[in-house]
Amino acid sequence: MNAAMHDAPVTRNLRKLGAVAMFMCRLLAQCGPAFARPRLIVNQVYNAGARSLVIIMLSGLFVGMVLALQTFQLLQRFGSEEALGTAAALALLKELGPVITALLFAGRAGTSLTSEIGLMRATDQLTAMEMMAVDPLRYVAAPRFLGGVLTMPLLAAVFSVIGLYGAQLIGVHLMGVDRGSFWSQMQSAVGVNDVVEGVTKSAAFGFACSLIAVYEGYYAEPTAAGVGLATTRTVVASSVLILLLDYVLTACFL
Amino acid sequence: MTGSDKPALNSVASTSDVLIDVRDVHYAIDGRAIFDGINLQVRRGRITGIMGPSGTGKTTLLRLMTAQAFPDRGQVLAWGEDLETLSSKQVFAVRKRMGMLFQNGALLTDLDVFENVAFPVREHTDLPEPLLRTLVLTKLQAVGLRGAAELMPAELSGGMARRVALARAIVMDPELLIYDEPFVGLDPISRGMIVRLVRQMNEALGITSIVVSHDVLELASIAHESYLLSGGKVVAAGTPQELKDSSLDVVRQFMEGSAEGPVPFHYPAPDYLAQLLSVEDP
Repeated sequence: MNAAMHDAPVTRNLRKLGAVAMFMCRLLAQCGPAFARPRLIVNQVYNAGARSLVIIMLSGLFVGMVLALQTFQLLQRFGSEEALGTAAALALLKELGPVITALLFAGRAGTSLTSEIGLMRATDQLTAMEMMAVDPLRYVAAPRFLGGVLTMPLLAAVFSVIGLYGAQLIGVHLMGVDRGSFWSQMQSAVGVNDVVEGVTKSAAFGFACSLIAVYEGYYAEPTAAGVGLATTRTVVASSVLILLLDYVLTACFL
Repeated sequence: MTGSDKPALNSVASTSDVLIDVRDVHYAIDGRAIFDGINLQVRRGRITGIMGPSGTGKTTLLRLMTAQAFPDRGQVLAWGEDLETLSSKQVFAVRKRMGMLFQNGALLTDLDVFENVAFPVREHTDLPEPLLRTLVLTKLQAVGLRGAAELMPAELSGGMARRVALARAIVMDPELLIYDEPFVGLDPISRGMIVRLVRQMNEALGITSIVVSHDVLELASIAHESYLLSGGKVVAAGTPQELKDSSLDVVRQFMEGSAEGPVPFHYPAPDYLAQLLSVEDP
């Protein structure tokens, strides 16, 4: 602790990275046993997923609508308005769906996970489990982590579908793009690979966001200020990591 | 009720009689010494009190006894095993023989009272549901809260939460029960109830108990023997009567609740008058 406080920032960050990596290994080792209690995972899918649905759907709708407006203007310059469906679908499936969903997930579910686990630490609930010979990693952290990992691709899919609906609403009903062209061009241009890219990205973001949220909560200082700081760190670290991973994964898929 | 019929603290206890043995433990946090060579023994079937002013490391001592922390030097033995040499699996096995009552209850907030008490049973056994129900209701009846089985922790008063936590602590029939400040923040009725429950657990179930507290009167009414910690050491040990009769200044100050004595009331500070007259910021 003392050593960590006096370290240079680089050493401190490297030390933290190592701690997160070790935590990840311990967490992954507990994921198998956690599947023995599917009820806990289902609860977390409900908490992280179902409770985020409204914000995800609303955001998806508006992002799709804005995307259609902007893209339509651009395509109009080249006389390719009919390609609006393809452009919207590719942008939503490969980029906007996974990234914006992950950012919203970090802000809504990630902070909730961190503060919940941090408060459990502050109120001795995790210590009580350890004293009952129950590993809190297995009972508390692993189900929440798995819930987040499973939820993110589902939320990203919902975001993309609603986004497409929003794009169609603007493109077809407001801008007058032919409905048949909108959907048929999309069908012929969007391949399985594009869907795989989007799903892979959202799964990776789900993994990263959930890991950070659970780690920060698990090691939050057991005070009100400590939990608050941990929550802030979750949002900041998740957001940066999402954008970094997005670049890396996009480059890999090219 | 203070166990005068049992052997005195300074008599030689056989090894099998000792459940927890703290031997010459030194422990520091961030370079600040908390313990400077303390020794104490918790004997089977007895209520052992650990007293001391706030900040003397009573809760830290419990952490050392339960393998949540390890001494920098010295040994903590539980059932004859050095806790520091045990694997995490073996530590969990030792903890299954203990029950712990936390200062704030530490109930799991997403489970109701019944499920909180059932939690360790569900985790460690495959008891059929009717049997589990009977077991949990029996324990809740013992603490007088069978009727509160369906309440959530947020709906309980402080005293009720602590009684539920006590039911949870005894549901696996531990050999050793550890109470961390069980009387703090309770009204007289709840405090009296907890005192009676601690005594009943010891007498009816034969459970060995460690009670960490600075409530002298309550502890004196139930403990067979007590240790007084101060300045990182055990400054006195004995039956409540022996502590009461002690001529040591630190013991007298603690037992009488006096501000004057070897344990300073004031945190170290510069001269009072000089600081008041000073124009500098505090």
